[in-house]
Amino acid sequence: MTRYTSATPDDRRQMLDAIGVSSVDELFEQIPEPLRLGRPLALPDGIGEAEVYERLAALAERNADAEEQVSFLGAGMYDHYVPAIVDAITSRSEFLTPYTPYQPEISQGGLQVMFEFQTAMSELTALPVSSAGLYEGPSSVASAGYLAMGATKRRKFVVSRGVHPHSRETLRTYSVGYDAEVVEVGLEGGLTDVAALAEAVDGETAAVFLQNPNFLGAVEDVEALGAAAKEHGALLVVACDPITLSVLKPPGECGADVALGEGQPLGNRLDFGGPSFGFFCATEAQIRRMPGRIAGETEDVDGRRGFVLALQTREQHIRREKATNNICTAQALNALGAMVHLAWLGREGFRELGELLVQRTAYARERLAGVSGVELLHEAPVAREFVVRLEAPVGRVLDRVAERGIAAGYALGREYPEYEDGLLVAITERRTKAQIDQLAEAMEAAITAERGALANHEGTKAPLAGGAA
Amino acid sequence: MALTETPMQAEKAQTIYEKSKSGRRAAALPAAEVPEKPLGELIPENLLRTESPRLPEIAEPEIVRHYNRLSRRNFDLDSGFYPLGSCTMKHNPRLNERVAALPGHARLHPAQDPRRAQGALELMWLLQESLSEICGLPHVSLQPSAGSHGELAGLLLTRAYHADRGEVRTKVLAPDTSHGTNPASVTMAGYEVVKVATDEVGGVEMDDLRTKLAENEGEVACLMLTNPNTLGVFDENIAEIASLIHEAGGTLYYDGANLNAVMGKSRPGDMGFDIVHVNLHKSFSQPHGGGGPGAGPIAVSERIEPFLPRPQVVRRESDNGGGPTYDLDFERPKSIGRLRGFQGNFGVFVRSYAYILSLGGDGLSEASETAVLNANYLKARLAEGRAGERLPIAFDRHCMHEFVLSGKPMKRELGLATLDLAKRLLDFGFHPPTVYFPLLVEEALMVEPTETEAKESLDAFADAIEKILAEAETDPELAKNAPYTTPVRRLDEVRATRQPVVRQKFAD
Repeated sequence: MTRYTSATPDDRRQMLDAIGVSSVDELFEQIPEPLRLGRPLALPDGIGEAEVYERLAALAERNADAEEQVSFLGAGMYDHYVPAIVDAITSRSEFLTPYTPYQPEISQGGLQVMFEFQTAMSELTALPVSSAGLYEGPSSVASAGYLAMGATKRRKFVVSRGVHPHSRETLRTYSVGYDAEVVEVGLEGGLTDVAALAEAVDGETAAVFLQNPNFLGAVEDVEALGAAAKEHGALLVVACDPITLSVLKPPGECGADVALGEGQPLGNRLDFGGPSFGFFCATEAQIRRMPGRIAGETEDVDGRRGFVLALQTREQHIRREKATNNICTAQALNALGAMVHLAWLGREGFRELGELLVQRTAYARERLAGVSGVELLHEAPVAREFVVRLEAPVGRVLDRVAERGIAAGYALGREYPEYEDGLLVAITERRTKAQIDQLAEAMEAAITAERGALANHEGTKAPLAGGAA
Repeated sequence: MALTETPMQAEKAQTIYEKSKSGRRAAALPAAEVPEKPLGELIPENLLRTESPRLPEIAEPEIVRHYNRLSRRNFDLDSGFYPLGSCTMKHNPRLNERVAALPGHARLHPAQDPRRAQGALELMWLLQESLSEICGLPHVSLQPSAGSHGELAGLLLTRAYHADRGEVRTKVLAPDTSHGTNPASVTMAGYEVVKVATDEVGGVEMDDLRTKLAENEGEVACLMLTNPNTLGVFDENIAEIASLIHEAGGTLYYDGANLNAVMGKSRPGDMGFDIVHVNLHKSFSQPHGGGGPGAGPIAVSERIEPFLPRPQVVRRESDNGGGPTYDLDFERPKSIGRLRGFQGNFGVFVRSYAYILSLGGDGLSEASETAVLNANYLKARLAEGRAGERLPIAFDRHCMHEFVLSGKPMKRELGLATLDLAKRLLDFGFHPPTVYFPLLVEEALMVEPTETEAKESLDAFADAIEKILAEAETDPELAKNAPYTTPVRRLDEVRATRQPVVRQKFAD
């Protein structure tokens, strides 16, 4: 078995002598006897490294991952290609194993990475101030709510139904604590209903939340939608996908006060949902209300350039109950992965990637819309993701397509009962034209088979077999 | 001390943007392959970006060199002793990195149909079961992303629990010495903090607790505690504290920061706690990553279970003789809802589960024993010689996995602040202990060696402290101006807050 400890029986004896006790048990006598467990934990005994590996590999084997399936799943996390240098750099001990940079003299590497990352996110969003990283996307949305309440002293959030359902739900969860009201505004033709939004926003509104592209993949006119927020002095919070910021007008140029989002598409693995990071940028006016760590440039006593954690007086370890947020982490390693990925893409490559997604997505959308039994849910412009409606039950079509080794997309039904027949399809640079064509063919076959099964079923009244919606 | 610049100090820090040159690049992207249309035909011009973000333009070899050089400007756990109190800087096994990187984990999409992610859900369920046994509480949610996120979850659970009983309670008790995230979480959850005094052992001051409960009768929602407490001492009154809180109708919350002291020895559930958060990046070996990622699962008692975040991983026994299956349960009507996207920091779960498998139940309790042995040994070493005089232990009795020293005599007699000692330790190749926490000890140094340190490292650290105190007797300026050998020397932190420069400025 593996212990990761060095103490030999001889070491232990010497250490116990130095302490002046005869056994380790004596050290635990400060725990009142009735509270001592007094039995071994009911967990298996430890095993060796090779056995642990086999055990974990066997579990991993039972997952259909994007290496074995052609995946069109998106909904906030995407199967992008992460360059090899990301793994090489993020696995270096010097980045992997330190703690938060509380001793800046020996943490210059990590602090400078934060500074570079903040710069990159500021450039992407066109907003001047960036946090060094929050937990992930949806909780960043909730943190923006807390910031907006502090900034406006109001307690109402107006949220488009185009915002990720997980973000909306997380905002509602947090809002119970904030004692804030959450009002949702529906979609029209795939886009946030501008009239309904204008009606929902009033003088009590702390913030308006939009997402671009929205959850249905549609590219919103953020500036037009944001006018209602401006009119009533509410903050405009825009959740965005970092990759499509390469081609879409950045939120900072659309009047956003806060731009944030899920960082996974930048240099992070799918990892069944985490860890990743949330990015969070804002206007200069919000700098002292920002959540999370922020690195800043300064000098040492000899005048050398250096970096430190800046604006710490916002944070929990100083301000305690008056802190701007309770967060105590920066997802530093994940943000490093993002920074290396962005440097690898570079200014040109980043734009090329965005354009590639738009072109392939347009092709895929047209190709799928041409399949019998498939139609578009909306005609709004899209960048990397789109929604189709299926004439056959979505769950059953997904099962049939999965038999061909394809994950066709994300079923909208659970979170959007109004789009029970909706399927959200995502494209990355890894999804080739050939794979898109395969998807179209597989969908066609699946829908035809479902129609046949349905006709058969109506003829015989026999129960439908297999598959789950 | 001769102030000759080290080669690393002589190398001026340059950002990757400053190394950028137009026309250079690393990435080669695939061709579109599909018929292309002008962008403006696909997305209206007024919604398009006109100017590309100023990302660096740099070739791959230079990117690698840049970040490798930066990495050498970090001190890390793999390079040396890192006795940062309350942070549990234990070894990060590389096996865990290997299994987390398996494509079945790393490239598994979070929205994969649960029927095609059975291995991942089973792993999560097994981790839940393990944490449940370690904490002595029947139910676990893995969702919170960090300890502070677990705290917020616990307080929202407390709120939901009281609301379900038709009660409105507005106050949360927390020791005045608690970790800063505790009061910050209380405010975010919409509660008011009521501070409870700490006795000289670092435990809850029982008379003050009774007073605060009486003064706020019917209003106390919860008491948040760490046990062992911030002085590294087990609070012997915990059973009485639990019954007082429960009699007052509140919940008892356990901040799991110090769980590494008691794994397999004593369980928060058995102490009377209702809600516990576990820092997987502390006791369960997830690397700290320079400040994240981590994970902060919560374990709860039966009465709190209905309110757990959704979705919850569940196991279903087969009714046709097959094996059990695993699923995500969204139908939880009393749930507080989601705290984040998808299912939590799964990559962290893989590493921590691999760690639990490696050590086993027997190994986990042995880890706690060795952590406590190491801490008491280092404490004994630091009670000798100059350290014993200048840096007395804040409360002299056996500690658990960490202990707190006071630099008050050192400051008075040698003019050396705790910060000076910490900075001088950097020149000796050690990460300093946590400084100025807990607040109840003047000039505090909080030392947590963890079980993965060898006796030789503990001895070397004690020797370094002795040497620093000895040199300060003849030349206190040496420590006051330290460090000398680090990539940069003391930095102006005030300026970084007063005139913040938080991003690269571009010439164009």
